[in-house]
Amino acid sequence: MRAMWPLRISAGTAVTALGAGLAPLRAALRDRRGGLLPCAFPGAPPDIWIGAVPGIEAVALTPDLAAYDCRNNRLAELALRSDGFAEAVAAARERHGAERIAVVLGTSTAGIEQTEQAYAGRTPGETALPADFDYGHTHDLRALPAYLRARLGLRGPALVVSTACTSGARAMMEAAALIAAGLVDAAVAGGVDSLCRLTLHGFSALELLSPGPCRPCAGDRDGITIGEGAGLVLLERPFDSSRGPLLLGAGASSDGHHMSSPHPEGLGAVNAMRAALAAAGLTPAEIDYVNLHGTGTRANDAMEDSAMHQVFGATVPCSSTKGWTGHALGASGAIEALVAALCIEEGLVPGCLGIAAADPAFRTDVATGNRARPVRRVLSNSFGFGGSNCSLVIGQG
Amino acid sequence: MKAFVTAASVFGPGLPGWAASEPMLAGTAPWTMAEALPPVPAILAAGDRRRAGATVRFALAAATEATAAEPDRAALETFFASGNGDGAVVGGILDALQDPDGAVSPTLFHNSVHNAAAGYWHIAAGSTMPSLSLGGHDGAFAAGLLAAMGAVATRGRPVLLVAYDTPLPAPLDAVRPTDFPFAAGLVLAPGAQGAWAGLDLRYVAEPAPADSPTEGLDALAAGNPAARALPLLRALAARRSALVRLPLLEDAHLEIRVTQC
Repeated sequence: MRAMWPLRISAGTAVTALGAGLAPLRAALRDRRGGLLPCAFPGAPPDIWIGAVPGIEAVALTPDLAAYDCRNNRLAELALRSDGFAEAVAAARERHGAERIAVVLGTSTAGIEQTEQAYAGRTPGETALPADFDYGHTHDLRALPAYLRARLGLRGPALVVSTACTSGARAMMEAAALIAAGLVDAAVAGGVDSLCRLTLHGFSALELLSPGPCRPCAGDRDGITIGEGAGLVLLERPFDSSRGPLLLGAGASSDGHHMSSPHPEGLGAVNAMRAALAAAGLTPAEIDYVNLHGTGTRANDAMEDSAMHQVFGATVPCSSTKGWTGHALGASGAIEALVAALCIEEGLVPGCLGIAAADPAFRTDVATGNRARPVRRVLSNSFGFGGSNCSLVIGQG
Repeated sequence: MKAFVTAASVFGPGLPGWAASEPMLAGTAPWTMAEALPPVPAILAAGDRRRAGATVRFALAAATEATAAEPDRAALETFFASGNGDGAVVGGILDALQDPDGAVSPTLFHNSVHNAAAGYWHIAAGSTMPSLSLGGHDGAFAAGLLAAMGAVATRGRPVLLVAYDTPLPAPLDAVRPTDFPFAAGLVLAPGAQGAWAGLDLRYVAEPAPADSPTEGLDALAAGNPAARALPLLRALAARRSALVRLPLLEDAHLEIRVTQC
């Protein structure tokens, strides 16, 4: 077995509330323009904001794969059309062979929004779901990697990871393991998650949704804004002519504490960050910026500040970019890995959006305005229900 | 990719735990169909034990039995694979969303994540080790085995693999039939010490050869994604070398060479 790290991110793309592709995300980070809006998603709880992907309703899948049509796979389709991603995968297919490229993707709810429509579309008194509802190609978690694998003409193994809000980051970590084990030479990895009523009403029931755009790390922060999106990367071993940022390491842990409340001192978060640093062979001081999970809830952000302080002290700047995109759940870890890569390219620490100052109780260096400075290595955090934690380290190519 | 099996567990129709099932799996004792009742999740704290539904009960039973001989079960990294997840919970939320106010139970919501069973395991075992939850439709067991063996190969530590699936409630059961509940567990280690079988995994980008047994225990495999582990479990129970083919995707499968230690 060869060394696991680093891996080249030889292609990457994101679809977020800012639009399709990395360009609108890059411009929005630079200009400090968020993508969150008052919620117009049908059947959502009242008086919330969301981070919906503009134009997603109009995206059509290719006719031969129409059975996969659902909001989640439309997000995936929009992503692979962006930033030359499908073309980059096609080139990798030529280099390695279709059987030597894995598809490892994370999602929390896959195409369950299609099932919600099927339930709602029944005539009153009817219990059976409509005959045209296709569970296996939409609702089923595997529908996501199966769609992308078919669409990209790949024949390697496909896995779907579903560890709540760490799904996208964990998928990248497991893709790296398949490459290190020699099972494949490359992997399409990342996460895709779509808006759905289950998630919106679920977080509403937990009283975790903000009535406005989320403001992570603010002293008076008041909850999450749910977003949607896709983050896709093509991971390969670095070779001489390859270009692009590097995945330097990844680490995961469990809280073993509670299903939906984080460990108060951030034990699991500390373990995941230290494991990622160890995988990358880096000390905390070698990290230039930490992209926080930073959902905007009271509990998450306080826990994360405590965990950050234990690992990094008060000197490494950190922020959450969920004020731009909302919390795209199982896609967030992959999207934020790409945000990390943008920050490296731009030499930018993007300060939390919509807040004047960080919570005065916080002890870390929370950026609240954009800071121009060299950024060579970024650690990105994802935490989720079930006590799931995952950190990635992204570095300059 | 290689790994060694140090322990196994099974709960399914007429298969009430590994010790009782081993001769049936090996073919040295008769197997008869019998309803699989949700095992009591003794490892959970009292409150969680009372509230745990069938899906979590089957998953935790397989995890508990497979790790019974472990000196420290909290030290194992875990892989939980399930095609359907917790259908009772997700179905309950989908029903609730049909009410005009769409109010969802907060407990039901946090139990709806696909990694809920894994989360309960790590709470009960007091484990802070990494945990991966996977889907995979009918190939969920194969997907879990692939990821777990990848971890053994690259991280050099023993792992716990649990596959579990239960039937979905109406109306989802009509579009995604699952005939009975089933759960299986394996502890996989990087070395042969204390192991009773070795596994050598190869990914094959071709459909698994058609094989549709219609009788006895072998016919169970098609009735539940986790029961697709049966050909491997039977080879392990019989302590025989075997070549087992597990469908992963419609056009791809895993070829597992089982050797005795």
